[in-house]
Amino acid sequence: MPRTFLTRSAPDTAEVERRRWTFRHPAVIRITHWINAVCLLVLLMSGLQIFNAHPALYWGKVSTFDTPLMAMSSTEDDPPKGVMTVLGHTFETTGWLGSSAGADGEPADRGFPSWLTLPSDQDLTGGRSWHFFFAWAFVLNGAIYLLYGLVSGQLRFRVIPSRDQVRHFGASIWEHLTLRFPQGDEAKRYNVIQKLTYLVVLFVLLPVQVLAGLAMSPAMDAAFPFLLTLFDGRQSARTVHFVVAALLVLFVIVHVALVLLSGFWNNMRGMVTGWFVIERKVEPVAAVGEPRP
Amino acid sequence: MAAAAMLGGCDRLGNAEWFQRTLKTGEDANLFVQRLVLTDRTLAPEYAEADISPWFKPNGTEDPPDRSYKALAKRKFVNYRLEVGGLVEAPFKLSLAELRKLPARTQITRHDCVEGWSAIGKWTGVPLADLLSRAKLKPEARYVVFHCADTMDQGEDDGGADTAQDDGPDEAVPAGNANPAMTKQSGGGESRKSSGGQQASEDTAVGGGSPVRYYESIDLVDAFHPQTILAYDMNGKALPVSNGAPLRLRVERNLGYKQAKYVMRIEVVESFAGIGEGKGGYWEDQGYAWYAGI
Repeated sequence: MPRTFLTRSAPDTAEVERRRWTFRHPAVIRITHWINAVCLLVLLMSGLQIFNAHPALYWGKVSTFDTPLMAMSSTEDDPPKGVMTVLGHTFETTGWLGSSAGADGEPADRGFPSWLTLPSDQDLTGGRSWHFFFAWAFVLNGAIYLLYGLVSGQLRFRVIPSRDQVRHFGASIWEHLTLRFPQGDEAKRYNVIQKLTYLVVLFVLLPVQVLAGLAMSPAMDAAFPFLLTLFDGRQSARTVHFVVAALLVLFVIVHVALVLLSGFWNNMRGMVTGWFVIERKVEPVAAVGEPRP
Repeated sequence: MAAAAMLGGCDRLGNAEWFQRTLKTGEDANLFVQRLVLTDRTLAPEYAEADISPWFKPNGTEDPPDRSYKALAKRKFVNYRLEVGGLVEAPFKLSLAELRKLPARTQITRHDCVEGWSAIGKWTGVPLADLLSRAKLKPEARYVVFHCADTMDQGEDDGGADTAQDDGPDEAVPAGNANPAMTKQSGGGESRKSSGGQQASEDTAVGGGSPVRYYESIDLVDAFHPQTILAYDMNGKALPVSNGAPLRLRVERNLGYKQAKYVMRIEVVESFAGIGEGKGGYWEDQGYAWYAGI
């Protein structure tokens, strides 16, 4: 069913019904989506815990302790101030980065605050246990998703822009920026920006994130030395891992915002039960491919 | 707030014994898969002279407080004897001069601390495989344990453990100071949960009454790896005390906490369950994974 869709060049003008139930997300996609959501959240928070053990980033093979790309620290003041240095620029970040309240409420020297880390206390070994377990869960879950997506054709339908979408790329961007969400049959498929975003997240950001994580392992570097070549050294891999994590956070923020804006309950029902309601267009749109007035 | 409640829930979950064991399966999987992709002779990357870090960050113990160690160091370790024993046919002792006369290996490798930083150093030392072959392992031998000179926990009252742990170079590296326990031997930061950690040192005080010294263990795969050496030189000079003089283990393909400094005695065992708290190393006893390939 999800593969049947009409193209923009043939807009559906016949108004048969105003609301139509469509089955949007097969069970495998729904389950892997939610497992993935949990994995990413745990990986992010336990990753920040691990980062806090040495809250500084470098480029290259080794740590150039005097010239980090980014570092968080606290000052000698009483109470201490939190300070972050990025590419030589220093910002005061008390309460957020460098110094924030610990479990006892007293200011503690820590990179990210306790409410963002897992476990919440400074606990590197705990963070590592969470991180590795959920990294395995993430990879296995992702493999199931990709395998299913490839075999069922879902992946292609979902993330590869169709020819008409590529042709109307400009219009699509305009619609997206003005938060005009597609209706009718057009709502059955992802628009070109959604597709390209998912494409980049699935096939660029997430694989790079896994590879950068592996490149930090001394044993994996022995087994696959190309990992170090790929990232220009272990410390750069650590920096890439951090930056890609930040990009994934950005993706999730936009993703959740759009879920909220484009019909929260409908979207949630879609991703929980699979069923999604498509609102029929009341008036057919005459001009296609041009920004609407 | 929901998020705070959730985080509290995760913390409680993370403290539950069954859940910790579940999480640890991730680390078991790391060992399993990494041993699949590595052969016994796959080498860790080696680097060029130009890559050597100008400063090889010492971590953890930088100057063992132990009197016996200080006496050895004062006389430039002329009285030092490395003991090799345990499950071997021919235990022996070697002085530093004798070790230096044995065939040596030099390697420029990267040291990765569990905290996240890296440094590159040049190491010269005796391949562990040569020493173990000389000692002739008994058939039941499975692990090699390294007993070190430096006391980690005095086993006094509850302040003792922290005193021993917190003597790291907080001021030396601005980036590191959010992790005040720049602890012993490249081990991780403030890993011990405040109660658990204190508990451990009290147990030691009550149970053994003797101070807890650093120790580490590796299996025979790592022990016979060509890059596993007992290094006496760093960057072409005698190993400084801060980096583990007179002898430190280099077991490349592993994180820093495996690279035991101040090695005094090598013990071949069938199981490390009876040593320390039974987890195979000082940091392992604090919860770190025994396998440190990632």
